Amino acid sequence: MQNVNEAPTFIHQFNKDDQIISTQDLSVFYGGTVQKLFNASLQFKKKTITALIGGSGSGKSTFLRCLNRMNDKVARVDGEIWYHDLDINKNNINVYQLRKNIGMVFQKPNPFPKSIRENITYALKANGEKNKQKLDQIVEESLRAAALWDEVKDKLDKSALAMSGGQQQRLCIARALAIKPEIILLDEPASALDPVSTSKLEDTLKQLRTDYTMIMVTHNMQQASRISDYTAFFHLGHVLEYDTTENIFTNPKGEITEDYIRGSFG
Amino acid sequence: MNAKTRNKIATTGIYTLVSIVVIILFGILGNILVSGVPHLSWHFLSSEASSYQAGGGVRDQLFNSLYLLVLTLIISLPIALGAGIYLAEYAKDNWFTSLIRTTIEILSSLPSIVVGLFGYLLFVVQFGFGFSIISGALALTFFNLPTLTSNIEQAIEGVPEAQRDAGLALGLSNWKTIRGIVLPAALPGILTGIILSAGRIFGEAAALIYTAGQSGSTIDYSNWNPLSPTSFLNIMRPAETLAVHIWKVNTEGIIPDATIVSAATSALLIIVVILFNLGARALGNHLYRKLTAAKS
Amino acid sequence: MNNKDLKKVVESALDEQKVPHVKLKKIGASKVDVASLTKPSKETRQEYWGKGLTYFAIILIIILVASIIGFIGFHGLETFTKDHVNIFHFLTSSDWDPGEGKNHVGAAAMIVTSFAVTLLAALVATPFAIAVALFMTEYSSKKGARFLQSVIELLVGIPSVVYGFLGLTVIVPFIRNIFGGTGFGILSATLVLFVMVLPTITSLTVDSLKAVPSDYRKASLALGATKWQTIYKVILRVASPRIMTAVIFGMARAFGEALAVQMVIGNAVLMPANLVSPSATLTSQLTSQMGNTVMGTLPNNALWSLALLLLIMSLVFNFLVRLIGKRGQK
Repeated sequence: MQNVNEAPTFIHQFNKDDQIISTQDLSVFYGGTVQKLFNASLQFKKKTITALIGGSGSGKSTFLRCLNRMNDKVARVDGEIWYHDLDINKNNINVYQLRKNIGMVFQKPNPFPKSIRENITYALKANGEKNKQKLDQIVEESLRAAALWDEVKDKLDKSALAMSGGQQQRLCIARALAIKPEIILLDEPASALDPVSTSKLEDTLKQLRTDYTMIMVTHNMQQASRISDYTAFFHLGHVLEYDTTENIFTNPKGEITEDYIRGSFG
Repeated sequence: MNAKTRNKIATTGIYTLVSIVVIILFGILGNILVSGVPHLSWHFLSSEASSYQAGGGVRDQLFNSLYLLVLTLIISLPIALGAGIYLAEYAKDNWFTSLIRTTIEILSSLPSIVVGLFGYLLFVVQFGFGFSIISGALALTFFNLPTLTSNIEQAIEGVPEAQRDAGLALGLSNWKTIRGIVLPAALPGILTGIILSAGRIFGEAAALIYTAGQSGSTIDYSNWNPLSPTSFLNIMRPAETLAVHIWKVNTEGIIPDATIVSAATSALLIIVVILFNLGARALGNHLYRKLTAAKS
Repeated sequence: MNNKDLKKVVESALDEQKVPHVKLKKIGASKVDVASLTKPSKETRQEYWGKGLTYFAIILIIILVASIIGFIGFHGLETFTKDHVNIFHFLTSSDWDPGEGKNHVGAAAMIVTSFAVTLLAALVATPFAIAVALFMTEYSSKKGARFLQSVIELLVGIPSVVYGFLGLTVIVPFIRNIFGGTGFGILSATLVLFVMVLPTITSLTVDSLKAVPSDYRKASLALGATKWQTIYKVILRVASPRIMTAVIFGMARAFGEALAVQMVIGNAVLMPANLVSPSATLTSQLTSQMGNTVMGTLPNNALWSLALLLLIMSLVFNFLVRLIGKRGQK
């Protein structure tokens, strides 16, 4: 592991009441050898968008996937993740319930090979919701919230795979919203999209900020500066700096952070 | 001899050997179809086999083959599905998994006569099932399990990881994700695997001669009571299949037209197996297109 | 717009009016039920049962294989434990007449014949298999390769009794015409097995050739080597461990094949004097005699010993494949 002693230059902190989820000394082990150590403790503020930035292999996606235990299958995660006064990194946590509260949207749009409607209702039905009217209502609500309703309201029973990439990604957001999560994790949600779709997606995310907490991994500095409130900079498996987006982009405290920001903006 | 001459000789040699292989295949197919198809009459398909006269048919053998095939698939599919899902989704990289893989490899490399003899020991003798359809179906299940399991495992592994992520991130259990999302996506591969193994089951004889038996009993196709000894649905009756029939008329049969009966039966077997293979390919392609392409 | 279309528009407008207006509230986060985060839920139970089912299937397979080995091992060893046949005698004597009271259970003739047909079939099939595989990977167009692929799949698909029947009606008379005698024997069995193991060896060899990185080909050709030199000195050499594996898989299939061999080998338990005299393999003897003996008697136990030998050989082939696989990785 390189640069284990890399100390963070600045880590922003919040009042207890403002925090929704926070991490403490997370470390991730893949097969016992390769590991990532997030020795800084990050706190995330309610109803904000936090961007996680950094180069490839900096560990930002790995970190994100810890937050709703999506790493369970592939890695061992040590450390604490506090959510509603519970350490959700413990074994006794019901990960299925957890993931209903902390949803996730992935890098590549991954709608199910089912109809648009079924993509949204599938998990609801699995949770036992049978009332058709209520399901229809949730379909409409979540598609409206994801700013997709007007585009697809006439083809709800068509295959989701027939939509454009941007629409598919917004469907994935709608699908996550339908479960009514508190936090939405987004793993480079726009990286597979064209500029027009990306800007639509960003508008959607900005609108959602009033109701949800979002933590988003992104490669795209402009995107991070456009829509996020706070930004954490990851480097070689460590968090080096965490501050308001404004500070990170205009007045970074660490040298590496500054180099990265400047380099990425070109 | 220089390098160029050697190159020429080698190329000629390879082309010659390849041509011989192709000629052999067409020779085999041609021989069977030419000598068999002319005798594949409705009479042949719809009449009983004869034990010492010429002119017998294969009605019961054909039905038995199909019945055994269906029963075998009914028994082996759930087990192979469970094992395939376990290996593709749950197996960790540890000693237990390598034990399972070794076990399945051993099972797949066992000669089918050994599998048949084990079926004979356990079901025919030990459990007292006698020579019966159920003994045969169980033996064929053992014969079929390893291939079907690895086909299913491969089909499941072919489903992109993103689909599993999607299900899990919605708070679905692994199992629900597998059943509701991964399995439907893997269906084309699984069906192809099933049909291909159906072809293998249909032509298998060595595992059956000491389990399902080498002779049939009188079968009444209007008797729908599976518990009645004469019913065609009875699983406790002995049953000779098409493949076993070919073997039997050639080795111990005393019917004068053994060669004709075998040729016709062989042609029938081959036609069915080819149909299975073509069907597997067509169905796989069709479902694949249906699942991935846009419905418009 | 014609009448029909108009009617549709009106109908759908009416339909829309009929739908009770659902008041949409803005979707938002639901209140987090913190207690549920530490309690098992429906999903937990689903997972428990689902995973349990797959475990059950796996355990079933393990039990099955263990009991195959156990049962056949038990009965196969009875010849030596209960009937006190000398194991050395069993393996080396060719005096096979296991009647009641007579301990004449020498399986050497069958063992030799089994190995003879297996080795000969592999010997004949391997050059053909390599040629076809080379043709598919190095020479032919995609179309040609696909054609040969279907040829191989068809050969695999033909049931073994059909091969036996063809052997009986085509190969045996052919051998009889050339060499005289009955036509039954090792040569006929070899020819039948050759066609049967050809697809196995070919398709595994194709895989092994495809696994050779194309850089090697380019490098060798760039050095001015002819195509054949490249194949012979580079590709075949790199692929040789996996080709060996392919041949062993083919041999395993030949060794275990029962009916097709039984139909053309002649079924006389004699040490083969030549390739065209009737003989018997382990499998052919099992196939033809199992039904003629009574459980628990020596003649029957002796047959189970043959089955055990088959089982052991199948394990040995398996072991060899693994051994070569491990060497190849180094």
